[in-house]
Amino acid sequence: MSPRIVLAKPGLDGHDRGIKVVAMALRDAGAEVIYLGLRRSVAEIIRAALDESADAIGISVLSGAHLVLVSDLLRERDAQGLHGVPVILGGTIPAEDADALIRLGVAAVHPAGSSLDAVVSSVLALVAQRETA
Amino acid sequence: MSPKEGPAGVTSDSGLPVEEVYTAADVAPGLEERLGLPGMPPYTRGPYPSMYRGQLWTMRQFAGFGSPEETNQRYHFLRSQGQTALSVAFDLPTQLGYDSAAPEARAEVGRVGVAIDTAADMVDLFDGLALDEVSVNFTINATAPIILAGYLVAAERQGVAFDGLTGTLQNDILKEFLARKTFIYPPAPSMRLACDVVAFASEHLPRFNPISITGYHAREAGCDAVQELGLTMASAIAYAEALMARGLAFDSFAPRLSFHFATTMDLFEEVAKLRAARRLWFKIATERFGAADPRSARLRFFSGNSGTTLTAQQPLNNIIRSTIQCLGAVLGGAQSIHVMGYDEAYELPSEEAVTLSLRTQQIIALESGVARTVDPLAGSYVVESLTDELETRALGVIVEIEATGGAVAAIEAGVPQRWIAESAYRTERQVADGARPKVGVNVYAEQDAPPPIDLFRLDDGVAERQIARTAARVQARDTVLHANAMSALARASVDGSNVMPPLIDAARAGATVGEMAGVFRKAFGEFREPAPW
Repeated sequence: MSPRIVLAKPGLDGHDRGIKVVAMALRDAGAEVIYLGLRRSVAEIIRAALDESADAIGISVLSGAHLVLVSDLLRERDAQGLHGVPVILGGTIPAEDADALIRLGVAAVHPAGSSLDAVVSSVLALVAQRETA
Repeated sequence: MSPKEGPAGVTSDSGLPVEEVYTAADVAPGLEERLGLPGMPPYTRGPYPSMYRGQLWTMRQFAGFGSPEETNQRYHFLRSQGQTALSVAFDLPTQLGYDSAAPEARAEVGRVGVAIDTAADMVDLFDGLALDEVSVNFTINATAPIILAGYLVAAERQGVAFDGLTGTLQNDILKEFLARKTFIYPPAPSMRLACDVVAFASEHLPRFNPISITGYHAREAGCDAVQELGLTMASAIAYAEALMARGLAFDSFAPRLSFHFATTMDLFEEVAKLRAARRLWFKIATERFGAADPRSARLRFFSGNSGTTLTAQQPLNNIIRSTIQCLGAVLGGAQSIHVMGYDEAYELPSEEAVTLSLRTQQIIALESGVARTVDPLAGSYVVESLTDELETRALGVIVEIEATGGAVAAIEAGVPQRWIAESAYRTERQVADGARPKVGVNVYAEQDAPPPIDLFRLDDGVAERQIARTAARVQARDTVLHANAMSALARASVDGSNVMPPLIDAARAGATVGEMAGVFRKAFGEFREPAPW
C-alpha cells in the first residue's frame, strides 16, 4: 500500500513553494499526499492525520515561528495517541533549533537548501521504518 | 556538464529557443516603431527621456522587525548609509489583520517585519522622518487600506498634507492569491477594497502610487518570465476594468499605477522582459483602454532580485548572483531596485548583508558606467529578438487567462496557481537532475557543513511590550468616538461606499488593525484556496 502523508503549513507563513514541490515529488515517488494548505491550526493538522490514517506528517515553516508551532504540534499529536506517526519539518530552521526539535520528538528536519531527492527518500525511509517497527 | 550545451534545443531559463548567433535577419522589420525613443511611445526604451542621467533609480532596501521603535532606528541607520527611500516590512499578524494580542499572532509578533496595531504605532514608526521628504514603500496587501489609513494619520500628526506624500502601497491583492498568500477575504471583496484605495488616491494622493501590480511573487513561487509578464498584465487589466466599472475614467487613475517585476539570473531574457513589459502596457493602455494621457501608458516599475536563485550553500556566491540581477534591472530601466542580502536564502538579512546590497547598487550606479547611456542594449539582435518573443508569448498568457473569464475568475478556479506550482516543480526537478546548473549545489558543490542558518533572534519581550502598549492605548481612547467610527466603517463595508474615509476616522479614533480587519472579516468572510492539484 502506498504511504499516506499529510502535509500542511501551520502558523501564518505563506511560503508554500517548497511544500508543494515536496508534495509533487512524494506523489511521483508513489506516496498518497494529503495537502491541507495554508494557516492550518495544530488541531486541524492532527485531526487530518487521524482521519486520513497518515503514516507521516510533514510541515513547513519559513517565518521563524517553528519552535512554538512544532512543540504545539508534537504535544497535540501525542495527546491524540499518534506517537508513532513521524513529524518531518522543512523550512528556514537553524541547526541548533533542529537539534532541539529532534530531541523534542521531530523525526527529521530538512532546512532550506536540502536536495529534493534527499527529502523524499528521508520521508519514505521514515515511513518504511515505522512499518517494520 | 550542462545539457544546455550542444547544437540544438538550447533555451533560455523560460524555455525560449536561443540561437548561437543572432543577425539582423533575426529581428522582425519595423524595429524603429517598436522602440521609439526613451520617454516616447511605446516606451520600450524607458519611461523617461534621460533616465538615469536625469535621476538614478531609487535604492530601496526592505526593512522592518520587532517594534515600531526598533524599526524606526533601522530606518535612521539606512538613511545615514545613503538609502534614498524606505520600504516597510510588516509582521504576519499585521499583514493578516490580527492584533499582536490575538491567539493567531502567537509566535509571530514582530518576526518577519514590524508589528503595527494602531495609528499611534505608525506615528512611532516614522518618528523623525519627515513624510513629505521621504518616499515610503509599504509591502502590505489584504490590510493595505487599514495601513494606508494609519500612514495618513501619521502624516496628519506631522502636519504633512496628503498631497505631499510620495511612495507606494503594494495593494495588489490578486498576486496574494497567485503566490504571496497573505489574502484574508475572497477575491471579489478583496478587489473592491484594493480599488477603494486606488479610487481614494486618485482624488487625494496625487504623488502616491496606490498599487504596485506585481509579477515578482508569482515568479518567486515558481513561474517563468513569460508567465510573470502575462499574469502581471492580466492583473492590471482586471484592476483597470474594475475601476472603470465604478465609473472612473482610465486616465484618472492609470498614471499612478506602478508595477513590480523580478529580475533573475538569465540576464538578456530578463532585460528583454522588462522592455517588453513597457511596450505591452503601452498597447494595453492605449488600444484597450483608450489612454489619452501619455502618463497612463508609461509603465514604471520596481524590481527586486530573486531570493529563490540564492543558495544556502556557499552563500557568498549570492553576492555575485545579486550583482548580475541588479545589473539586469538597471539595463531593463527600473525606477527603483531592491537587492537581496546574500544570506537571505536562510535568514533575515544581517546588517552587514543589507549594507552590502546597498553598496552593490551604488557600485553599479557610480562605477560601472552602465547608467550613462539610456537603454544601452537597444538594437542588440538577441535582446530585440527576445523582447519581441516575450511580448508575443505573454500576450498568449493574457489570452489564456481571459479564456477562463479574466484574472479574478482564473484565480478563483485556481488555474494560474496550478501553473505556478507545476513550473516550480519542473525547475526543482531540473536542479535535482542536474539539467539546470546551480553552482555550489549541483555543480562545483563542496562537502559543506549544513547551511549556516542563523535566524534573526527576536527579543522575547517584543510581543509582550507591544501587547501591553496597545492595551494601554485602547484603554485611553474615547469610547464614543471609537464606537461611532466602527459603526460607520461597518456600514461602508456593506453599502459599497469607499471604505477609506471611515477607515481614516477609525484610525484617528484609535481603532486597532484587528478591529478594522474584523469588520471586513464579518462582512466578507474568509477565503480558503482551492486544492493545488
